[in-house]
Amino acid sequence: MDLQLISLQLFSGIALGAILIMLALGLSIIFGILGVVNFAHGSFFMVGAYAGVFFLGYTGNFWWALLLAPLVVGVLGLGVERLLIRPLYGRPVDDPILLTFGLSYVLVEGVRILFGTDGVPFDTPAALRGVTNIGIGYFPTYRLFVIGVVAVVLVALWLVLEKTKVGLIVRAGARDPQIMRVLGVDIQKLWLVVFGIGIGLAALGGVLAAPMRTVNPEMGNFVLSEAFVVTVIGGMGSLLGSVVAGLLVGIVVNMTSLVAPEMATIAMFAFMALVLLVRPHGLFGKPGFGT
Amino acid sequence: MEMAASKPMTKIATAPAAAPRRERLGRWRVPLSIAVLCVLPWLLPSKALAVNVLIYGLYAMGYNLLFGYTGLLSFGHAALFGTGAYVTGIAIGQFGTNWFLGMLAGVIAAGLMAAAMGALSTRTRGIYFAMVTLALAQLVYYVALQASSWTGGENGLRGFTVSKVGIGPLSVDFLNPIVKYYVVLAFVALAIWTLSRILNSPFGGVVEAIRENETRAKACGYDVVRTRLLAFVLSGLFCGLAGTLSALHLAIVPLDSLGYMMSGQAVMMTMLGGVGTFFGPFIGALAFLVMEDVLSLWTAHWQLFLGAIFVALVLYMPKGIWGTGLVWFERWRGR
Amino acid sequence: MTQTTKQGLSRRSLIKGTASVAALGVLGAPRIARADEGPIKIGFPVPITGPFGAEAKDQVKSAELAVKQFNAAGGLNGRLAELLVRDDKLNPGEAATRTLELIEKDKAHFIVGALSSAVQLSVNEVTRARGVIYISISQSDTINEAKDFSRFTFHEALNPQMTAGAVARHAFKKGQKVAYLAADYAYGHEMLAAFKRTAAPIGVETVGEVLHPFGAPDYSAFMPRLMSMKADILCICNFGRDQANSIKQAVDFGLKGPSKIVVPVLLHNQRLASSPDVFEGVVGGANYYWGIEDHNASAKTFNDAFRAAYNGAIPTDYGTYGYTAVRSLLMAVKEAGGTDTDKVITALEGLKYDVAKGPQSYRKCDHQSVQSVFVIESKKKSEMKTDADLFKVLATEAGDPATLRSCEQLGHKPS
Repeated sequence: MDLQLISLQLFSGIALGAILIMLALGLSIIFGILGVVNFAHGSFFMVGAYAGVFFLGYTGNFWWALLLAPLVVGVLGLGVERLLIRPLYGRPVDDPILLTFGLSYVLVEGVRILFGTDGVPFDTPAALRGVTNIGIGYFPTYRLFVIGVVAVVLVALWLVLEKTKVGLIVRAGARDPQIMRVLGVDIQKLWLVVFGIGIGLAALGGVLAAPMRTVNPEMGNFVLSEAFVVTVIGGMGSLLGSVVAGLLVGIVVNMTSLVAPEMATIAMFAFMALVLLVRPHGLFGKPGFGT
Repeated sequence: MEMAASKPMTKIATAPAAAPRRERLGRWRVPLSIAVLCVLPWLLPSKALAVNVLIYGLYAMGYNLLFGYTGLLSFGHAALFGTGAYVTGIAIGQFGTNWFLGMLAGVIAAGLMAAAMGALSTRTRGIYFAMVTLALAQLVYYVALQASSWTGGENGLRGFTVSKVGIGPLSVDFLNPIVKYYVVLAFVALAIWTLSRILNSPFGGVVEAIRENETRAKACGYDVVRTRLLAFVLSGLFCGLAGTLSALHLAIVPLDSLGYMMSGQAVMMTMLGGVGTFFGPFIGALAFLVMEDVLSLWTAHWQLFLGAIFVALVLYMPKGIWGTGLVWFERWRGR
Repeated sequence: MTQTTKQGLSRRSLIKGTASVAALGVLGAPRIARADEGPIKIGFPVPITGPFGAEAKDQVKSAELAVKQFNAAGGLNGRLAELLVRDDKLNPGEAATRTLELIEKDKAHFIVGALSSAVQLSVNEVTRARGVIYISISQSDTINEAKDFSRFTFHEALNPQMTAGAVARHAFKKGQKVAYLAADYAYGHEMLAAFKRTAAPIGVETVGEVLHPFGAPDYSAFMPRLMSMKADILCICNFGRDQANSIKQAVDFGLKGPSKIVVPVLLHNQRLASSPDVFEGVVGGANYYWGIEDHNASAKTFNDAFRAAYNGAIPTDYGTYGYTAVRSLLMAVKEAGGTDTDKVITALEGLKYDVAKGPQSYRKCDHQSVQSVFVIESKKKSEMKTDADLFKVLATEAGDPATLRSCEQLGHKPS
């Protein structure tokens, strides 16, 4: 096994991790601030991809689709928080699980009714087709683009959270919602916005994934379990954890694929079990959190 | 970028919402439930569905023993159901045991599996417990997928159809749907009675005490870890029994019986019926299966309606069907 | 076997009768199980919900057309046929339950259906224990083997040995290098084995095989290794979504230029769910393609009947299985003069039918339908005349028992 193959494998692991990070970030931010385990997250990823298909057909332009799909699905997320999640605050943590589980059925079936059961094609934008030489070998240009977009989103998110007033409120709200309320911050509005952003991130992941995979109503199912694995390894509620764990899982899956391809999926779960046995709260999770 | 400390939801997770309703039906609950189950086949669209209700009802009740009474949310109970089913099928089909020894082997294997899973997972809590159990169950799933010479892999386990069951010279035609129903009912009734005894025993009291206040229970001298583990194993025995019965009923063990959807079903059925209530899970299983059966005959988009019903239930009947019924019943009695 | 089953059935109906009288205080005499008069009931479990919903709906349409034609022609001396469609949700446990319901409650005389290896084996397990004829319309090699076979089991669909064999004979040339990417489950292994069995005598060199987890959405992890193999042919042995995803990603990684992509089965609906550019030049096998109607009179008749019944729609590959299976079954019922299981089995075994794609017949030892296989290639977008004009037919391999695994290889005793 030569070095070039191994480094290329490693690199494609990072590209795989990029999509996982988009999902895990949204999942983690929603859990960290709202305390909601969102079982419909994979469905919003899928709805994002279909929204991309719709806007691509409508505008004929990939860039508009990339911009509009997360925004529109994010707004859908706002509606879901306002109408379905908000009545559940103060209830046991299991209630939102059941609700979002039911919601995912509704979303998947709704998409089946609107777009059919078989899936729809989504072409790679012409400018990003083909392969690029990255020094260690040829790599699909589009996947390089995805890594770039995810990196930009991460930097932007970090800047917003660390350098702006909104970010300050979000961080404080996560730490102690009661105090924030006393201080006169509209905590409900904060939760609304955070849920919308989390869903928007999932939808962005969906549009980004659409040209790599086929777009179909079930595309969110498998991805949801992957995203859970990433969030849990990273530590529920930790954004840094999601990023690190996303890359780690991508790399673990890809390196296993090289030596024992049929074990690729099981490797992910084995890795999670291992991490949790050593660190019961994930790599970056705090004890007492999410219990 | 760290988000820490309290959140609105999790904080109240230990609040009494998950607590069991004191069931006034008390000591009549076992004979009463068995009486209802005796006429069930004539109330449902088909006998095959009625047998499924028994099996999944038992599965959900077993699951509720852990989730409802200890508060541990497991996403890996498919491993217990599936182990019961696979070991029964393998024992009968590949070792040529009779049906009863096959069942016994299945239940014991599920208990052992539960002991192993419990030992690894009960030290974690909350969502992490859910994820560890999910991961362990997925490992079992992939082992079954790879060990296809034993399990039939993705094609599922076949070749162990039981057409007659009996003891000694007495035997009945197990292919006859009504006979099959009552044979399965015999085991399910026994399990319900046992479960009721367990919950009324001192052990049941300890389990509830731990769920209500772990620190206090610890201070009272109860061994929290061992109690949790024991609850996990008992839960595994019931779910394993459900698995063995399912193997006998369908005469196949699909790989899906180890899948995460199967684990999810236990959670959903339990919640649908009412977490921490004695009959709730059974009612939940009944409602889930009948809805699925009736809706899917009526429309290809049954999942849309099933999903919407779930959403509406959480919003308007959070205690589940049976739990809400009990609240109404007590309100009516209190009047 | 059948004798005891019948006794069981009549006793069952008796118990059911008395029991329902007891329970409901009921109306009317107990019905006789699986009556020899009344409609001919065909249970049809297919995955209407789930990823193969479109294929399943095509199967239902085709099967309903066959039933309609049978009834329009007067049925069996006035006795009409009826199709009982059930949703098996692509889940073997669900399929087994539905099949039990169809047999026990609906008194179906025959079962036709399934669209997955695991589901058909589970339906088969239920039907063979109860002595009910089952015609499977989904690919599998396992169902032909002695262990799962029973005299009640018929297999209308092609099996991997037939499709992969035909494709390999056409696409593999002596001296070429072949790399395999196969799904790690029974059907993937079967296709891989069938390709390799056929490839050996042709004299191609296997440069590597990679197994991928069943249902994986991302194949980037396998691409660097496949690229390093520098094969002339990349043979992808998977199905449905897996196939669409893996071909798309192989194209993204630039594998399609240097290697030719070959698959065992090329599906009409999957090709529609992906873009023509991605599939362009991909070669695969098929049991049916509507475009054969120019040279095939029975296909023309079938297509025209289908178009007339469904607003000009054309039948698809897996859909056609529903038609050929139900037609052959009803022809056998007519031949047998009733629904008696033994007589219908004998009639099916002796049947020669040509209803949609050329001559077909069930082989005696494993009840596999011997039939033609089409090797097709996905067209370039500019070459497509209509939206349904998807494939070029490269070759037609006539049905020949010699291309199947022999009865002895399958474990059947020579009769």
